[in-house]
This record gives sequence, structure tokens and C-alpha cells, in this order.
Amino acid sequence: MTDELIRSSAADLAAKLAARDVTAVEVVQAHLDRIAEVDGGERGINAFLHVNTDEALAVAAEVDARRAAGEALHELAGVPIAVKDLIVTIGQPTTAGSKILEGWMSPYDATVVKKLRAARMPILGKTNLDEFAMGSSTEHSAYGPTRNPWDLDRIPGGSGGGSAAAVAAFEAPLALGTDTGGSIRQPGAVTGTVGVKPTYGAVSRYGAIAMASSLDQIGPVSRTVLDSALLQEVIGGHDPFDSTSLTDPSTGLAAAARVGNVAGLRIGIIKELHGEGYQAGVENRFNESLDLLRAAGATIVEVSCPNFGYALGAYYLIMPSEASSNLAKFDGVRFGLRKMPDDGPVTIERVMAATRAAGFGAEVKRRIILGTYALSAGYYDAYYGSAQKVRTLIQRDFAAAFGQVDVLISPTAPTTAFKLGEKLNDPLAMYLNDVATIPANLAGVPGLTLPGGLADEDGLPVGIQLLAPAREDARLYRVGAVLESLLEDRWGGPLLDKAPSLVEPVGFRQAQSPLVEPVETLATKEAN
Amino acid sequence: MSGDTILGFDEAMAKYDPVLGFEVHVELNTATKMFSSAPNVFGDEPNTNVNEVDLGLPGVLPVVNRKAVESSILIGLALNCKIAEHCTFARKQYFYPDTPKNFQTSQYEDPIAYDGYLDVELEDGTVFRVEIERAHMEEDAGKLTHMGGAAGRIQGADFSLVDYNRAGVPLVEIVTKPIEGAGSRAPELAKAYVAAVREIVKNLGVSEARMERGNVRCDANVSLRPYGREKFGLRSETKNVNSLRAIEHAVRFEIQRHAAILDAGESVVQETRHWHEDTKSTTSGRPKSDADDYRYFPEPDLVPIVSTPEWVEELRARLPEPPAERRKRLQADWGYTDLEFRDVVNAGVMGEIEETVAAGATPAVARKWWMGEIARRAKLADVDPAALGVTPAVVVELDRLIASGAINDKLAREVLDGVLAGEGGPAEVVDARGLAVVSDDGALQAAIDTALAAQPDVAEKIRGGKLQAIGAIVGGVMKVTKGQADPGRVRELILKTLGVEG
Repeated sequence: MTDELIRSSAADLAAKLAARDVTAVEVVQAHLDRIAEVDGGERGINAFLHVNTDEALAVAAEVDARRAAGEALHELAGVPIAVKDLIVTIGQPTTAGSKILEGWMSPYDATVVKKLRAARMPILGKTNLDEFAMGSSTEHSAYGPTRNPWDLDRIPGGSGGGSAAAVAAFEAPLALGTDTGGSIRQPGAVTGTVGVKPTYGAVSRYGAIAMASSLDQIGPVSRTVLDSALLQEVIGGHDPFDSTSLTDPSTGLAAAARVGNVAGLRIGIIKELHGEGYQAGVENRFNESLDLLRAAGATIVEVSCPNFGYALGAYYLIMPSEASSNLAKFDGVRFGLRKMPDDGPVTIERVMAATRAAGFGAEVKRRIILGTYALSAGYYDAYYGSAQKVRTLIQRDFAAAFGQVDVLISPTAPTTAFKLGEKLNDPLAMYLNDVATIPANLAGVPGLTLPGGLADEDGLPVGIQLLAPAREDARLYRVGAVLESLLEDRWGGPLLDKAPSLVEPVGFRQAQSPLVEPVETLATKEAN
Repeated sequence: MSGDTILGFDEAMAKYDPVLGFEVHVELNTATKMFSSAPNVFGDEPNTNVNEVDLGLPGVLPVVNRKAVESSILIGLALNCKIAEHCTFARKQYFYPDTPKNFQTSQYEDPIAYDGYLDVELEDGTVFRVEIERAHMEEDAGKLTHMGGAAGRIQGADFSLVDYNRAGVPLVEIVTKPIEGAGSRAPELAKAYVAAVREIVKNLGVSEARMERGNVRCDANVSLRPYGREKFGLRSETKNVNSLRAIEHAVRFEIQRHAAILDAGESVVQETRHWHEDTKSTTSGRPKSDADDYRYFPEPDLVPIVSTPEWVEELRARLPEPPAERRKRLQADWGYTDLEFRDVVNAGVMGEIEETVAAGATPAVARKWWMGEIARRAKLADVDPAALGVTPAVVVELDRLIASGAINDKLAREVLDGVLAGEGGPAEVVDARGLAVVSDDGALQAAIDTALAAQPDVAEKIRGGKLQAIGAIVGGVMKVTKGQADPGRVRELILKTLGVEG
């Protein structure tokens, strides 16, 4: 029963709850149990920085009571969700993965969190991330890295490795992520899950701790395309507290995921986003997806986006510039860590400096320094100014491409998950993980990743990325759901069925690691 | 306080040509702040009119206050500016604890209003045109109070208190082009310019325009150059000069200070200066270079402001009458002579008289008070008359008490003492202090009989027709009644007693 609950999609859980086959308390408890089982300890997933047990169960109990009273509830009421710890929540700490916010409690809820509460979705807890969402491996978290459920010695992607791993490890059916250069999609790719960066402005950013305001976007993380569509419908829509928020309603996304055909659609392969620099197994799975779509009636053509080659460079000027400004508020004056200078006079400048020196990690400091430099008088035009021009060129490339095709397709990331520590000391190699995801952020267009299978050489998940014109998020869900169904038919079930269980039989575990206390397994539970 | 040598003003003006420039910050009186829904209210308990946006908490985003944009366009139009059809906000970045985000959201490359002018009337009626470079929108910072240490400055303070109530209050910063050709009238022009801006924003209804509360704050730039030279000298910027009189004094002082430096063959330091009301002088602030690097960049959290021609015209139709026309109308309404009216304008009390007339006083009575007793007291206290604390309602009530015979002019001044001392309204002060005039004829008659008996020779002179001698007897009565008698009534009774026709 428990295994069935945690492996269910959000849509299936919603149906079971509506049919009263199961209670919300049972659903939430099953996920809390799973978190207790697999998340902690030395070899735990470490997807969660905070587990919100009491509140999640209380919300679930309320849902059950209201349902029993015959009240009309939101479709996802009682379906639990995890929230990336970059998004502020009343009643739970929000750290942004940084020491500078350790223990900080927000006095207000992010708009997306208000929407989750309005839908009565129990919040399971806050998920791990690279500090201030700066990274592609979750290794830059001040609270230790998250592990990839497919291989505990590998990275779960980043910055939203916690949300992706939580969903991949069946600790939550849904999660919220944020995507500035690929932080939802790249972790989705390397953990075999689904993640969507909606059109810029489709989901309110109010309450998401800003890294780069013009690039950041909150989006859904899930195991199925339909689940992401359902979640985007909950969190999307206009917000008067976010001036950059679009006025479009967030409707028709789940309906698009249920259309079920791609016949007559034109799908463009981006010449610049595959081939050289992409792992062979990634390229093979990508070609396989193209074959399936072609066979389903889509027309596949190749398009060129010649300026995408400059995207990474432009991104690493615009993002740090905005980040250096957005992170200026962390100064020890009003909230968070305050560190007094070790010696010398205590002045406000020295307290700010000591606080920022102690509170920020190396990658955050690197980006603040880069951005401060890029915005400095005399350098602004050459760096920030030029990067904005590249951004315009990339938008034109997208406009030209979408003049020819309905959606674009590429691998989500050039490689499968790499080993923990492998690229930690090589920032440029780390930044290259986002080469395929960054153009969408620079242009504000929506992007979706879904599992495309396992790479032949390492047996690790490969992500397929779909891109659509701004405000055409529905196209992603339509094509994504069809491709997902074609692939699952081929695999005989979801890709995650092939992932390790994480909870080995007791005897095996004892033999492998005699020093670790045996834990209750799914098998023994079911026997009870 | 200031150790600066200064040159006599006339000597300075004989040698050097002053160039001025002003940055006037106007706090708008919108109900809420520039980028948040927190109330924009002055004087409340510290840190109560704040929400997460004003405190710059993690995750917050700004939203532009539409009313503030309207007010800014109105100010721009009243200053004869062009209004940008499309303009953006920018972040001005510097670390300081009164700025919660460690950047100020302001406008940089494209202000909402630009290229305007203001015709300023000097005391003798000369009109001087001041060119306006730009008027842009921004947010105010919080208020720091430095505790311990010297002179309330952050250097040497034991600790500092921050009140974020003011953080995020909408500001419009009005920047002039360099003002050349003012000559020795530069100090006067400075005062007249700020007075004119203050009058405009007050008439527009977009600001409370109270300088003593910092609703209108002026930074005055001064530089000198030898006559005939085109290139400007190095400038000083005297910050936050908060009264019209102080602006005049500060500009005058800076001209004299610069002149002494240039005379000594030295170079003026380009820096900010702090004005000190007590010593009527400025002291050195921080060095200010034209290359201060605020790392401005476009505010990515806000979308551009689009001012359609229709919207601008709709706002233009709302503009009140221009100040010059308003003056003409008021003078005609009030029946003042040219000289009387100019004195009223120069004393800066035209608005006060207008309000007092609106509250029920006659123009003559309003002028008598604002140009008389109130002006006298303001001069003694070295403040602007409006800042003294006398409201139009107080003037009206004082006048009513006099007209009813309850008090006389001399007692009215004493009543005003009580009002300004916070003892209540005029009627309350009269009761509390027992200031009502003696109008009991029986009591007056006894005092008159006593006074006449004490000075029989004077009484005889009056009987003989020398009515001018009556003053001595009236004086005696007033002395006995401690001034609380109506001198007119006393005079009548004396004449009646002596059987003389007035």
C-alpha cells in the first residue's frame, strides 16, 4: 500500500483521494515515512533541509475532514509537495542553501506558496539547492550535497537537485523549483524526472529569493508531464505583487497534456544544441526520441540558432551582474547572520564585510565579484551592455526558429550525472552543463525536460528538452505527454521503475555495511 | 564650528561670478509608498509603517505606485518639462544601513520629465528663468539617528538607530541646469527658486511641502569663476538645507568661503558640505567626485513606465493656475497695494494668508497677523513664519475674540503666547489665563474715578477741551486693570464722567 502511494503520480493520488480510496493523512504519512527512510544518514539522499511533519499532517487532516463534510475541494487538495528552499514560507525556515540565512524565518509567504495553501496541498518540507541557486550539482549547498537516487555517488544536478531528487526518490510526488539557467531542467534530466521552466512571467516570482531577476522563474518538478501541467495551473497566473507577471490565466495546460497526438506538428532540432560536446549515449537517446515523434506523425526539421554559441558567455555576465545587486541586501543589518569583525574597530562597513565573508560560500562570492566588475563604470558597456545585445540576438534566433516550427527539441544536458566532486574545482566545466538550457532563460521562452531513457555507456538518465514560444507553454505539455507515452510504451513502464530501490533487503544491507543500523524496509512493513 | 576663512560678500561678488545648481527632493503625499503598500505617514512610531518590501526582506519585489507616477508627471508639467513616453527605473548601488536593499531604486538614463524651466520672481519683481534639466522618480531612504559621539554623525557614534518608516516614501528629484548670471542676487535667487518649487508642489496637492519635516529638501551646488571665464569652477554641494532662509544663507556663505579659497590661490575641494543653522556656516562632508561609481543598471524587477499622450493631456488639464496668474488673482481679490502684496510674497506667507482668508478672516486681518505679530516672532525665532506653528484657525479665532471685545490687541499677543506654548486654542488660553478684558462698567468707573482724582490737573485740561491729554488717564486705568480693559470703552467713560463731548 505504502509503496503504491509513494510511486503514484500526483494525478493518480488526486483521483484516489477524490474517490476516498485513501485519505490525505495516509498519503502524507507515506511520504514522511519514505523521507525518514531514505533522506537522512551518511548515504542518504539529503534532498530535504527541513521536514514539515506537523503542518503537512494537519493540512492533510483538514482536507480529509472537509472532504468528509462534502466540501468541493481543489483537484490537488491533499496531494503533498516539496518546496525548493529558495522560496519563502511562513512557519518553516528558508535558507537559500546559505549560512547567511541559517535559521531565518520569513514573515511572509511567497505567492506560489499562498496558492499551494489555497489549494490545500500539504507542504512536506524545503528542499536542498546550491547556495542561492548558484550551481549545477547542489554541491554548493552550505548544508551538504544532495545525492542522485540513481547512483548515490553522483550529483543530482543543480541548483534544484533537492527537488529533483526528492521526486525521483519517491519522497514527494511534486516539488517546486526555480530555473535561472537550467536549475529545474538540468536536475530533471540527470534524475530521470520531469521539470518545466514556464514562460518568464507566467508564474509569480514574489517570494523566490532572487538570483537574476530577469532570468529567474519558478516552475513545477514531477515524475510525469501531466503532473507538471496540473501543478503549473495551480501556481501560475497574474500576481499584482510581481510587476513582471503576465496577465494570462494558467489554464489549458493539463488539457494540452491530455490531447494525445502530435500529428502535423513541426518540431525543430536546434543544430547548435547537439552533436559535438554531447555524450554519445545522450545523442543516441535524443535520436531515438526524434524517431518516435516522427513515427507519430510529427515533421522533424533542423533549424539553426547561430547566436546560441554566445549564450553561455552572455549569461555569465547578466546573471552575476543582477546577482551582485540582488545579494547586496544580505548584510547582517536587518535579518540573517551577523558576524562581528574578529579584531579592529567595529564599524558598519566592517560588520557588513565580516558577515558577507563568513556567510557566503565561494561560488556566491565568485559571482558577486564577477557581477560587480561587469557593472563598474568603464566596463558596463563592454560587459553588461554587450551581453544584453547578445540576449536580443538570441531572442531573434528563437523568433526565426519559431517562424518555421511549433516547438524546438534538444538534449537537456550534454552529459548524464557526473560524480560528486568531479567538477567542483572547475567552474567553467560546471557552467557548461547549462549550455542547452540557458538560451530559454535569456529569451524568456518556456522549456520542459522529460526522461529520454538511459545512456548506453553508464545506464544513467538522459533528458530531452522541448522549447516553445513565449506564452505557448501548452505546446510543451502536449508534445511532452505524447513523447512520454511513446517512450514508456517502449520501456514497459516509467523510467524510474529502473532506478535502484534505495532500501535494500535487510540481510543484504547488513552484509554490505555492518556498522549501519538496519532500517525497516518496505518488505518488512508490508509483511506487517 | 567652521574654521573657514570667508571673504566679505560684496568683495566676493566684485571678483567672482557665481554659478548655482539645485537638486530639490520633493516627498510625495501618496497614501502608500513608491513600491509597496505600506502607509506613507510622517511621524508615527518608528518601524511601524513598513512591510517586507520596505525592509528589503529576501524574495520581495517592488510594484510602482501609479499615483506617484501621476504626481511626478504633474510636477514635470508644472515645470514646463517634456514627459517621457517611455521611461525606466534603475538601481543606484551603495551600501548604507538606511537603504534596506543596499541599492536605491531611482531613474538614471531616462527620467520621467526633462528639459523644462521655471520663471522665478525676485523680491523687486525681476523674473529670472531657471532651466530644469530633469525631474525623476525615486524612493526615500530610512532615517538614521546616531547615538553618542559627536554632532550626531555616524563617525564616532556608539550605535545608530534606524527608522525605516521613511524608506520607500516616493520622491521626485528636480535637478536644474547650471544657473549662470545671477550675480550678487544668487542667494536671493536660491531662496526664491526653492520657494517657487515649494509653492508649485503645494498647489498641485502632490506634497505636504513642509520643509521643516523634510517634505522639500534642497541640495545647493555653488561654484565661482572669474568674470569672463566660461569654464565652471569646482563646486561644493551643501546637503539638505531645510528652510528658505537657510538656503539663502548657505549659498551666501559658500560664495564667501569659495572666494576666500580662490583669493588665497588655493583650489576648492569638490565635496558635500553640511549646513549648520546655529553657526550659519557649512562644514566639510564627504568628497564627491563626478566619477562616483554607483554601478547603475536597469531595474529588472520593474517594467517600463509608459505615459501615453492621452494620459499626459488628462493630467495637464488638472494643473492648477500658474503661480504668476494666481498671484495676480489673489492681489485683486484681497485689494492689497503692489507694495503690500510684494511684501507678503517675499515674507513667504501668501499661502498662509490665502488659507486664513478661506478660514473666515478678512484679507486685512490676515495680513495684519501674518505680516505683523507672527512675522515678528518668526524673525526672533529665526524660522519661516509658516513653521512657527500658528494655524489659520488660530488667527481667525484671535480675530473673533478681538472683534467681540473679549480681548484687545495687547491681550491677543499674550493669548498667542499661550497657544504657542501648547496651552490650547485661543479661547481656552483666555479662560485658563484669565485674560478677558474688564468690560464691567462699574469696575471701570471706579478705576476712572481713582485715576481722575490722582491727576486733577489733567482732568482740568480735558474739561478745558485738550482731549489729547486723555491718554494719561487711559494709561492710569489700564495700569490699574492690568491691561485687561478695552481702551475705547475707557475713553468713552472718561469723557462721560467729565461731561465732555468726544
